[in-house]
Amino acid sequence: MTTAIEIAPQPEVSGRALRAFLRNPAAMLASGFLVFVTAVAFAAPLIYPEDPLSMVARPFLWPGQNPQFPLGSDSLGRDVAAGLVWGSRISLIIGIAAMALGVSIGVVIGATAGYFGGRIDDGLVRLVEIFQTTPSFLMLIVLVAIAEPRVESITVGIALVTWPTIARLVRAEFRSLREKDFVTAARGLGYGHLRIIFIEILPNALPPIIVTSSVIVASAILMESALSFMGLGDPNRISWGSMIGANRETLRTTWYLTAVPGVAIVLTVLALNMIGDALNDALNPRLSAER
Amino acid sequence: MPLLSVADLHTHFRTPRGILRAVDGVSLTIEKGESVGLVGESGCGKSTLGKTVLRLVDPTSGRVTFDGEDVVRLSRDALGPYRRRAQMIFQDPFSSLNPRHTIERILTAPLSVHGIGDRNERRRRVRAMIERVGLPLSSLSRYPHEFSGGQRQRVGIARALILGPDLVICDEPVSALDLSIQAQILNLLVEMKRDFNLSYLFISHDLSVIRYFADRVLVMYLGRVVESAAGADLWAKPLHPYTRALIQAIPDPTRRRQAAPIGGDIASPEDIPRGCRFHPRCPIATSICAEREPALETHAPGHQAACHHAGKLSRPPEA
Repeated sequence: MTTAIEIAPQPEVSGRALRAFLRNPAAMLASGFLVFVTAVAFAAPLIYPEDPLSMVARPFLWPGQNPQFPLGSDSLGRDVAAGLVWGSRISLIIGIAAMALGVSIGVVIGATAGYFGGRIDDGLVRLVEIFQTTPSFLMLIVLVAIAEPRVESITVGIALVTWPTIARLVRAEFRSLREKDFVTAARGLGYGHLRIIFIEILPNALPPIIVTSSVIVASAILMESALSFMGLGDPNRISWGSMIGANRETLRTTWYLTAVPGVAIVLTVLALNMIGDALNDALNPRLSAER
Repeated sequence: MPLLSVADLHTHFRTPRGILRAVDGVSLTIEKGESVGLVGESGCGKSTLGKTVLRLVDPTSGRVTFDGEDVVRLSRDALGPYRRRAQMIFQDPFSSLNPRHTIERILTAPLSVHGIGDRNERRRRVRAMIERVGLPLSSLSRYPHEFSGGQRQRVGIARALILGPDLVICDEPVSALDLSIQAQILNLLVEMKRDFNLSYLFISHDLSVIRYFADRVLVMYLGRVVESAAGADLWAKPLHPYTRALIQAIPDPTRRRQAAPIGGDIASPEDIPRGCRFHPRCPIATSICAEREPALETHAPGHQAACHHAGKLSRPPEA
């Protein structure tokens, strides 16, 4: 019997995905922008050590009018540039924390439903449907209105309205993956349910979860902005949404007060969506090969 | 005492179209060190039988006795020791290995789950096993997609054997492989049987593979065993018309014109024909075949068949 074994050197899956991602100019631009926003958010206390809610200038300074306040000041004489820098912190913290919490809940519930099937699945699918049939933004408003409007409660509220998306996705992935022979083999080898769910199946379900997560960060930032715009945000923290909300009455005269934070939101959300698209291409080998 | 004995095993599934009787009253025994071949068309319940024996699918009724213990009654938690002693090799080496795990992880995990050895001992065992199945040690750090089908099947064999089982169920282990690779893998399985004193239940739809491999052959049709004999007896003197048709279906260069030995398609296991389940396709069926289901009866020492007209080549005159 011949045992001549030659192993063709092939790039590893994750390495190939990373290279596909790095070759995508849109993804690199978007990542660059997000790195910049994150750096600004981290450096906020260094750039503007003062409270961004304090009145420091003459009201309604236009951008460029006073070099000390490059983006001007609002109706109460607050520095718009400082608000923008500090606001990025809230957007990113809430976006990432809400995504992390929502994805964790969604993965646990979706994996349980998809893996076990049967009655457990039926019950959990009903639960998901209850959440999905309720208008999510109205539910978020109710949740935040019941709790105190603080960063923590807003984060939990956004997570509670986003987890069903992830749960459905993870459930579908698990339902198809649990039929694979390697899962049957794992059961035959006597592996426990937890090991099969988290070590055998979950790593194979990760690509779509990662893609959706980046889009969820974007939608969480939008939801936080909308809440703050309506005055339901944390009153002690400045955020991009609250800046737009506070200055909407003077929109016709001093439009830059809403345009500047608005552009910040649009660019950040756009960057996150572009990264989601690029990840989708990079992690889906068939699709990226066709391009 | 046989190593494995299966008695009147039924595995039914509920489907929207009715009850699917995948395994419908199968009895068989496997002695220690024996290779039993299980042959039949696709959809006849071969794989379900294998999976039921391993408790990967729960049976509807019947007994599976392994080394004196009824494994059907064991709770999931109590199955651990049985899992160590009975393993499976899968048909598709592409889907049976987790694409996200290295070969080393695939082979080490069973040992750690069953608490066998310490780190060094596991490492030693995994290395010994990977070399035993004919792969270089460098393959341990690689992922399944870096290997060819035959190499992956070697990994699948290593994984099945790493816990030191007594019984291995091979579910079409070579049908997904190229012909040239099939022989290598079959030889490896024979070597493994000799070295580790294994018993095989070898499932295949390919009679020539079964012929090479099995000491005893079971022929399965629509969830039932229709003939059981030692390999040589079966080839020389098949008693059941279905077995005969299967053997005649093997292309034979000495016959110039190939007969179409069997007509029609296998019936749906959701709607099994009354009487003998083979009678709608049987060339020698008579009226009794449509009414009474034949039992598996001994016609010669060690040779059983379930047919009213066992051994007859043509239709008997109607009484």
